[in-house]
Amino acid sequence: MVTLNINGQERKVDVPADMPLLWVLRDELDMTGTKFGCGQALCGACTVHVDGQPTRSCQLSAADAQGAKITTIEGIQGKVAKAVQGAWQKLDVAQCGYCQSGQIMAAVSLLSQTPDPSDGDIEAAMDGNVCRCATYVRIKAAIKDAAQTLKA
Amino acid sequence: MLHRRILESAAPATAAAGPATPSRRGFLLGAAGIGGALVVAAHLPGEAFAAGPAVPAVVGPPDPRPNLFVRIAPDNTVTVLIKHLDKGQGIATGLSTIVAEELDADWAQVRSDFAPADSKLYPNHFFGLQGTGGSTAVANSWDELRMAGAAARAMLVAAAAAQWKVPAGEITVAKGVVSHAKSGKSASFGQLAEAASKQPVPQKVALKDPSKYVLIGDGKLHRLDHVSKTDGTAVFAMDIRRPGQLTAVMARSPRFGGTVASVDDKAARAVPGVVDVVRTPVGVAVLAKNTWAAMKGRDALKITWDDSKAEKRGSAQILAEYRDLARKPGAKAARKGDVAAAFKGAAKVVEAEYTFPYLAHAPMEPLNCVVQLTKDGGAEFWAGSQFQGIEQPTVAAILGCKPEQVKINTVWAGGSFGRRATPNADYMAEAALVAQAYKAKGTPPIHLVWTREDDIKGGMYRPLFVHRVKAGLDKDGNIVAWDQTIVGQSFMAGTPFAAMMLKDGVDATAVEGAADMEYAVPNLAVDYQMGTSPVTTLWWRSVGHTHTAYAKEAFIDELALAAGKDPVEYRLAMLKDHPKLANVLKLAAEKAGWGTPLPAGKARGVAVHKSFNSYVAHVAEVSVKDGRIKVDRVVCAVDCGIAVNPDNIRAQMEGGAGWGIGHALRGQVTLTDGLVDQANFDTFEPLRYSDMPAVEVHIVPSQERPTGVGEPGVPTAAPAVANAVLKATGKPLRDLPFAKAGIV
Repeated sequence: MVTLNINGQERKVDVPADMPLLWVLRDELDMTGTKFGCGQALCGACTVHVDGQPTRSCQLSAADAQGAKITTIEGIQGKVAKAVQGAWQKLDVAQCGYCQSGQIMAAVSLLSQTPDPSDGDIEAAMDGNVCRCATYVRIKAAIKDAAQTLKA
Repeated sequence: MLHRRILESAAPATAAAGPATPSRRGFLLGAAGIGGALVVAAHLPGEAFAAGPAVPAVVGPPDPRPNLFVRIAPDNTVTVLIKHLDKGQGIATGLSTIVAEELDADWAQVRSDFAPADSKLYPNHFFGLQGTGGSTAVANSWDELRMAGAAARAMLVAAAAAQWKVPAGEITVAKGVVSHAKSGKSASFGQLAEAASKQPVPQKVALKDPSKYVLIGDGKLHRLDHVSKTDGTAVFAMDIRRPGQLTAVMARSPRFGGTVASVDDKAARAVPGVVDVVRTPVGVAVLAKNTWAAMKGRDALKITWDDSKAEKRGSAQILAEYRDLARKPGAKAARKGDVAAAFKGAAKVVEAEYTFPYLAHAPMEPLNCVVQLTKDGGAEFWAGSQFQGIEQPTVAAILGCKPEQVKINTVWAGGSFGRRATPNADYMAEAALVAQAYKAKGTPPIHLVWTREDDIKGGMYRPLFVHRVKAGLDKDGNIVAWDQTIVGQSFMAGTPFAAMMLKDGVDATAVEGAADMEYAVPNLAVDYQMGTSPVTTLWWRSVGHTHTAYAKEAFIDELALAAGKDPVEYRLAMLKDHPKLANVLKLAAEKAGWGTPLPAGKARGVAVHKSFNSYVAHVAEVSVKDGRIKVDRVVCAVDCGIAVNPDNIRAQMEGGAGWGIGHALRGQVTLTDGLVDQANFDTFEPLRYSDMPAVEVHIVPSQERPTGVGEPGVPTAAPAVANAVLKATGKPLRDLPFAKAGIV
């Protein structure tokens, strides 16, 4: 039995210790907003926040996730999250949308730590999140738009 | 993707060809009231759904059942039923816009839902069966959805006229409100829905003049999925969770064409959570209570493969064999004038060979679907289903039921790029085989999931191609002769489409964009040599144009260089009979500042091409620093007829440029001794954020019928970059990906 703190709630799950957090979320807790894209931390679709840090949930075991505060796309809130999701909606960033949970989690982390990021900051934060629809032009614009909102 | 030509050949001889105008069509409409909701359907009696000339549609008597496209509910929502798969291209929004426009709905009340799988009710009128591909979704839906919206509007008006006892002609509709000015009466759609559903369906309705469009052409309409795709609530097949659901992962032959010789599944069955291991004709599947257990179980399988019929060549060997084939005469794809004589008289002859690797589609959502066998002997699926019209009969043949007993719930798909549209129903057939193999032990919902490695190694690639091109120039640099041989596998061969798409040894999808070259070349020969391999191949976003446009446009720049001509001027001189191509070329050049000076180390390149009845030109701006290239900016001009959703057209052009450039930079699938060298996104390297150029999109205003935008933004992006690199370095990029040249 593994006990996890997810979106402020304690969840007990009966899973093997080595099961990645991604599959705990998706298969055990039916929290499917966090996506499976590659299983090797190469695409970022499974990005969640672990103690505020963007983390690939496909590479974090259930055992190692214990004791940390985990936030998923279903649980993000606050002004940064609102600004980011609002900008994504305003600019119609999503195409297929499958990677966007991970993109948004990465962008929220970036702007939480660096509210007024440079182009280089954005690139460093977002380069690990793959979008096969190539919505990168709008991801960039949305992060800048959210940064503006946060300044206001 | 599926080509219009399939239909041209497949349509009965009585098919009416040629462009049709709504006014001369006798539309037949059917409607039914369901639960107080107004439901409207439009049937077209077999006239052409022509996106261009000579594209006949399927002909036959209208289906007597109501064909549902729009539901207006008492809660004032307008739900448009989408017969196509939305895999990111925005078609749910696009088709809803068309209905809402004729209905005069308020965009805020519009919703979309995927239509049930039914090729009779919901055919793609270019294919004759339900399916999405070939950038046809808007073009083939344009008439029926305008009619559906207009008919629903007319029924709302008739209901209001009856209730208010006023002439229908005095009633107006705007933003979802039906009004009568003289009496001051007004009602919402929801208030009128039930009464409207009892109105007779108008046999003829007037369609709006495009100058009156409010929603079509509105660049600020949001996508209908713009919220659900930012908060994690959009449901993809990967997210389907049914009670008692098992997850299945399949072990497939590592070599294409290999089969299972023997299996030792003892260790797999011992993995906690593994429920069963089943053998199917396509591989060995591990069923488990969760995905992690299924994957671990598969890792524990010990399988001996029979490679007697498998591909054992490496891709380098295949390429070398294709290069040899490119020097031999092939099947004739195009012949014009006297090529041999023209070469004899040429002042200069230029020759080049272009090579293109296998490419995976790698949509972000790996292939997957949920299947549950039903008590009647059929099955129910949840899938990002793209070819319902193929999947239903294919699964039915596996299960021994009727196609209509295969119910498909279509859900949002996390990309496709052609991958989910297969002639053999592919992963859905696999799921059916697994469910059937497990059937004796029960019929739980089974979620068949491909991993990323399965996807990258799993074939259905854009085929590997070689183009050998030779051109003769006169003393002024004009092209007098063009001789091209295209070598590559045919993904039509051996499929139900072969009879239509494979004629006299020529696969139409392999030579499109080459055999029909628009440049005014008086003497032209294009040959096709079919390569063969057990490696499975498939259409891949923009199909043949992925390589034909590159070979043509990169070679044109090499010729312009040889002729000492400006690449834009050189092209324009050969496009006098193709004003739309010339127009997008001029527009892109102008907006990109073609001919204006650039800082040292930067250069521009251009390319223009027609695909899927749309016209696109790209100008790419590239920096070369320390021998490495960076694409800084791309300017795109597109003519796709009436721009239904301009912002979505921009999005598709942005994405199309990224797709084309990303794969040109580093994309390749290679084989060593028949084994795929790549496995995941570390080795099959996708375009990343840092690779993406700024993209500017300019849409040509048009009053013509809308054409596709999902694919046409791809073909010219890569050759525009290659031509910029040629300009900057003097070196042509003839072997893709560019990483092979050590410049990425």
